[in-house]
Amino acid sequence: MKNLVLALTLVLTSLSLAPTLAVAQSGPLRIEITDGVIEPLPYAVPDFVAESAGAGQLARDIARVVAADLSGTGLFREISKDAFISSITNFESPVQFADWKAINAQALISGAVSVDASGNIAVKFRVYDVFAGQELGNGLRFRGTQEGWRRMAHKVADAVYSRITGESGYFDSRVVYVSETGPKDDRKKRLAIMDYDGANLKFLTDSNSIVLAPRFSPSGDRVLYTSYETGFPRVFILDIGSVTRRVLEAQSGDMSFAPRFSPDGRSVVYSITDGGNTDIYRMEIATGTRTRLTSAPSIETAPSFSPDGTKIVFESDRSGTQQLYVMSATGGEAQRISFGQGRYGTPVWSPRGDLIAFTKQNKGRFHIGVMRTDGSEERLLTASFLDEGPTWAPNGRVIMFTRETQGANGAASLYSVDVSGRNLKPVRTQGGGSDPSWSPLQQ
Amino acid sequence: MKKHLGKSALLLAFLAVSACTNPNAAGGGLFGGGGSGAAAGDFQPGSASDPRSPAYFQQTIGDRVLFAVDQSTLTDQGRAVLTAQANWLITNSDYMAVIEGHADEQGTREYNLALGARRANAVKEFLVSQGIASNRLKTITYGKERPIEICSAEACYTQNRRAVTVISAGLLS
Repeated sequence: MKNLVLALTLVLTSLSLAPTLAVAQSGPLRIEITDGVIEPLPYAVPDFVAESAGAGQLARDIARVVAADLSGTGLFREISKDAFISSITNFESPVQFADWKAINAQALISGAVSVDASGNIAVKFRVYDVFAGQELGNGLRFRGTQEGWRRMAHKVADAVYSRITGESGYFDSRVVYVSETGPKDDRKKRLAIMDYDGANLKFLTDSNSIVLAPRFSPSGDRVLYTSYETGFPRVFILDIGSVTRRVLEAQSGDMSFAPRFSPDGRSVVYSITDGGNTDIYRMEIATGTRTRLTSAPSIETAPSFSPDGTKIVFESDRSGTQQLYVMSATGGEAQRISFGQGRYGTPVWSPRGDLIAFTKQNKGRFHIGVMRTDGSEERLLTASFLDEGPTWAPNGRVIMFTRETQGANGAASLYSVDVSGRNLKPVRTQGGGSDPSWSPLQQ
Repeated sequence: MKKHLGKSALLLAFLAVSACTNPNAAGGGLFGGGGSGAAAGDFQPGSASDPRSPAYFQQTIGDRVLFAVDQSTLTDQGRAVLTAQANWLITNSDYMAVIEGHADEQGTREYNLALGARRANAVKEFLVSQGIASNRLKTITYGKERPIEICSAEACYTQNRRAVTVISAGLLS
């Protein structure tokens, strides 16, 4: 098999022309995510300059968060401050490119932070292509509250990432997941929300009822999830701002689970179990109107919309084992797309529309994988005792999922991996975690 | 619905207590057979020695059936247990039951919910075929959320792939 790992090629070209405004596409400093050799791009990010009294700590903290974001991708490698020859003490002073070249910093990020009288902060930054000796794109400035300082750092990092890779970023995003504590036979589960990097954790439910598989709305303001609060598994919808929730359907007696929003946020696809049979339904949230999309005696569950809203990928065991199928968003005939060995479940359409992520179970192991939307070019990105439940970063380049360890002391935690299969790493959470759902980029 | 669950939880709590504190519970309940065989004076209404008690149902009749990997078909042994459950429910007609379907950890969360529902429903359908009114039976799936055995080996998985009939004192609502 050809090495299917998507790789990075570092393309460095010098342009004699000054960079245009469309820097992300044409800047001289560029990481292209493509097949090839991977060499993380060395960069330097000195402490940001404090431009007002009392901004010193923020200036240092923001630079650290920017560096953590960039290095966390595996595409960038930060050069230690110990190696610095120059320092940046004035945001407007000319950059001594030779000093940064000497330590092989290909990109340099400078920034400044000020706090105004009302306590709001302003963050500005510039990115330099050190070897070309020029700025990459134009400097940008963000303003916000002091409590929101991490978001501003993430926005700086998103802009840097975007200028150098040509892809949109994903750092200014959140994750809703199920926080887990306690032993395997008495596990307590609560809905929790945090920044993508684990900061700013907040609980959305208590641990009195089992909660499962939260899913963000396309605008990031609401969450669908399954709760046993009524005594039976039912789909709930929760408003994040007010932390208020309600059962999606007033009708009792059915068990419902595996919800997901449509791309316009106006309807929900989910499973209802009636008797022993589980099928997929669609509900308009505003009216409560329910449409049945599948009617087979087999298990149909885990539906996920294509980003254009025209199709739904789901899992079914109609062939005898769990496999993936694609049907129209209005139901009807479904095409099977998974044909490899083993069982396939929890399909999720990439926000870019090009790939479907899934869980694969084969020979006692679990994998997170991706395939094209027609089922071709299957690639497995992970392998372990139990990996499941992929969710896509807003730019479709990174996947977060649940990994559960084996045995009586087994515990679940969150992991992320590049769609290339590289950069597998745990996601920081307080205690155990499962069933992550990645938000869109915040506005 | 909440009411029934509340009562059912109370009953379960009572069972747990009686199992710990009553030295006769294991001997009389598990091996002594029907309460009629228990020595006079030992008989405690509601305890496992009372054949009309949910404790008796759980310990003597047998409250659960097990399933093969990814299956919801009842085994011969399962059918024998369920026949006894049905007889008990016919005799004790004021009780209701919630049938809980469970799966082992080897499977994705959503699929296991659907599989647990299939298992619970297989039990319900069998009990109905034995003459139990379907409005006395509710089903619920827990998927892989409530294992009773925690090792990651077949010895535990086999106990976790289960459907448990939980007797509740609720009147029909």
